[in-house]
Amino acid sequence: MVTPAPAFTDEIAANGGASVMLCFQCGTCTAGCPSGKVTAYRTRKLIRAAQLGLKDETINSEDLWQCTTCYTCSERCPRDVQIVDVITALRNIAVAGGKLYEGHKKVAANLIKVGHTVDNNDKIKALRKELGLPENPPTVMADAKEKADFDKILKLTGFDKLVS
Amino acid sequence: MAKYAFFLGCIAPLRYPGIEKSTREVFKALGVELVDLKGANCCPAPGVIKSFSKATWLAAAARNLALAEKAGLDIVTICNGCYGSLFDAAHELHEDKKMLADVNKILAEIGLKYSGGTKVKHFAEVLYNEVGIDNIKAAVKKQLDYKIAAFYGCHFLKPSNIKGLDDAENPKILDELITATGAQSMPRQQKTMCCGAGGGLRSQFGESAMQFTKTNLENIKAGGAEMIVDVCPFCHLQFDAGQKDSGFAFPVLHLSQLYGIAMGMDAKDLGLNVHVTPVKL
Repeated sequence: MVTPAPAFTDEIAANGGASVMLCFQCGTCTAGCPSGKVTAYRTRKLIRAAQLGLKDETINSEDLWQCTTCYTCSERCPRDVQIVDVITALRNIAVAGGKLYEGHKKVAANLIKVGHTVDNNDKIKALRKELGLPENPPTVMADAKEKADFDKILKLTGFDKLVS
Repeated sequence: MAKYAFFLGCIAPLRYPGIEKSTREVFKALGVELVDLKGANCCPAPGVIKSFSKATWLAAAARNLALAEKAGLDIVTICNGCYGSLFDAAHELHEDKKMLADVNKILAEIGLKYSGGTKVKHFAEVLYNEVGIDNIKAAVKKQLDYKIAAFYGCHFLKPSNIKGLDDAENPKILDELITATGAQSMPRQQKTMCCGAGGGLRSQFGESAMQFTKTNLENIKAGGAEMIVDVCPFCHLQFDAGQKDSGFAFPVLHLSQLYGIAMGMDAKDLGLNVHVTPVKL
């Protein structure tokens, strides 16, 4: 037996996914979803589970992480449900509850380490030099003070603790 | 002369610096001045970082927007992901004054303030709407005869209700930007389909991402194209690296690299030697 929890829809709304309640289950989202063609992910079902307040079923499901945020569903939704925003809200709730995949932890770790989602390497540094570009791009990567400012943003928004 | 803060992002400067180089050269040739957005951080990525924490995503994006505002410049990006994040964040902060006030409390801790004035543009948008097809045609030194699959990606045009650049289901901007070089833009099924990389799929569920890529490659082949031209370094990475051992070998060029060729840039300045799928011109 599953236990619906109506408070969950409030939590989704607080995370930017209030439009979830507008869905009338037509399935246009699922029909156009490129992920749904190659995995078991069904957008309509996920949205329905969220509407019913089935928190565990949505945030613990691998399906939640099959969306590429391509916006095909949102573009076509006849009820203007901001589906990508709903999925983002559900993912934020899942991560806040400690659910983060290893591959995603690596991306988060790069962001913390260098301020970018990927790090530089020797091959790229050599090519950048060949192209007349500085070895490191003129971003947080090239300036310790700017990086320290960025680190502060991550800290103030709790990112370091969230993804560790 | 148009002048923009150049937002580099992550994948272009750190995986395909030829995209960065050719953008600098092409914009110079077309009279668009780029000023580096010094000290910028990752946009941050709309599919992964925003999925982990919208609060972090918004504050970090606002830092980039504030740096540009301080420099008195609007932002141009060369990546759909950066465009998606920075445009969406700017839009949300423009629409929601409380959100803006909350973000400014965080920015104040690092001596920054964002008043909500930075505009964010995609480089293909600047080419199409500001430089214009006629000026691009006039700058083409070498007419190209490639048969090209135009790959729009997702966050360039969508969500279309706030971006408003083109019809998200049947777009033409990139096709016109391609044919301005003399090249052909070949038709295909599911032209606006996602490459598969976004949303954290490539970093965690790589096999699912590759299924997207394969469908696209099959459609590209059936449409008769011999090359893929993208406007996003992440789509670029997905197609370039993803074709390894796939049985496909379409050369992958970012629009800036295609323009570099058409405008007479030296081939060695396009950074093609780091491409996994060989590009022979």
